[in-house]
Amino acid sequence: MNINATLFGQALWFAVFIWLTMKYIWPPLQKAMQERQQQIADGLAAAERGKQDLVLAAERAAEELQKARDQAAEILAQAEKRGGELVEEAKGNAKAEGERIVQAAKAEIEQEVNRAREQLRAQVATLAVAGAEKILKRDVDAKAHAQLLQGLEAELR
Amino acid sequence: MKTSMADAGAQTSSEYISHHLTNLQVGEGFWTFHLDTLIVSGLLGLIFFGLMALLARNATNGVPTGLQNFIEMVVSMADDQVKDTFHAKSALVTPLAITIFIWVFVMNAMDLIPVDFIPMTAYAAGVPYLKIVPTTDPNLTFAMSLSVFAIMIVLNIKYKGIGGFTREALTVPFGKYLFPVNLLFRIIEDIAKPISLALRLFGNMYAGEMVFILLAVFAGAGFLWAPFAATLSLGWALFHILIITLQAFVFMMLTIVYMSMAAESH
Repeated sequence: MNINATLFGQALWFAVFIWLTMKYIWPPLQKAMQERQQQIADGLAAAERGKQDLVLAAERAAEELQKARDQAAEILAQAEKRGGELVEEAKGNAKAEGERIVQAAKAEIEQEVNRAREQLRAQVATLAVAGAEKILKRDVDAKAHAQLLQGLEAELR
Repeated sequence: MKTSMADAGAQTSSEYISHHLTNLQVGEGFWTFHLDTLIVSGLLGLIFFGLMALLARNATNGVPTGLQNFIEMVVSMADDQVKDTFHAKSALVTPLAITIFIWVFVMNAMDLIPVDFIPMTAYAAGVPYLKIVPTTDPNLTFAMSLSVFAIMIVLNIKYKGIGGFTREALTVPFGKYLFPVNLLFRIIEDIAKPISLALRLFGNMYAGEMVFILLAVFAGAGFLWAPFAATLSLGWALFHILIITLQAFVFMMLTIVYMSMAAESH
């Protein structure tokens, strides 16, 4: 065991390698490792957040679905009600129209009856005059009896 | 694993062993430099720390692949140990722990290369001696442990101040009236730290290397013994994988503990 000046040389090497490690090896490696650690932590946090978001989204979707169902039911009910109303209205309209048509027909019939009655009246007068002519066997002066005939006509009315 | 080239005709066993235990050196007396220790440890450090620096520069914060994954695993192991033990804030302690673990580990791992492989290759290339495991050189282990000791003193002063450090050295553990005893205890305690750090690593690696060398001599004792010695070498190499890792870890861990003791008042 002989201690000699090699000691100084070795101490110098040791110092050089400590310096190398301190300057060029440890800091970049430490940085890389810390950054990776951070990335992993961030990734895990993001995954956790994603999971929570998924649960929230599912809840919201269910809510929306329920809302849509309710709305659909409401619309359906409204439509049914409106349909009923429309039918009722149509029924009412039809009834009114029918009544109107009946009324119009009645009025026409009455008119026809009146017209027939007028004609009949006129013909009755003529028939009466012709009957009388035959009974009397002579002419009846239409002009002389016009007043009489008109009076008869008015009486028939 | 280990095949001996200890040629009984050319070398005696003791020559073979001492050849394996001699450093390639230049200089005289104290100003001797162990070139093999300096070059091997330096090259290993430059290769591995250079590779790590390259990887770290291209490190992505995405999914790490291959080598980056491996380096991150080692580095975060060291960082976890620092976080568990050292509670003050320091930009130095984690890189220090990483440096120690990686460097000591790769230098220790040289022990797993067959004992004769590198020295014989070097010998053939004209290099007379070459110790391939730098951690079997006490110069290296003491250089590291004394550097750790120096950093420890600096951190003590940085976190406690000169006054706080002095007060702690004089009053812990027996109170101010027994300050000479306290100071003596403190000096012994602190000096024991670098010595134990250095000798533990040196002793383990030196002994491990010694076993490999002896097994290689054993294998060279005759062709009947060779398979037996080779099997033992394989077993020792497998066991040694544990030791080299453990010694690297222990050096790193104790350094962290010393740093935390420096940063916290007790």
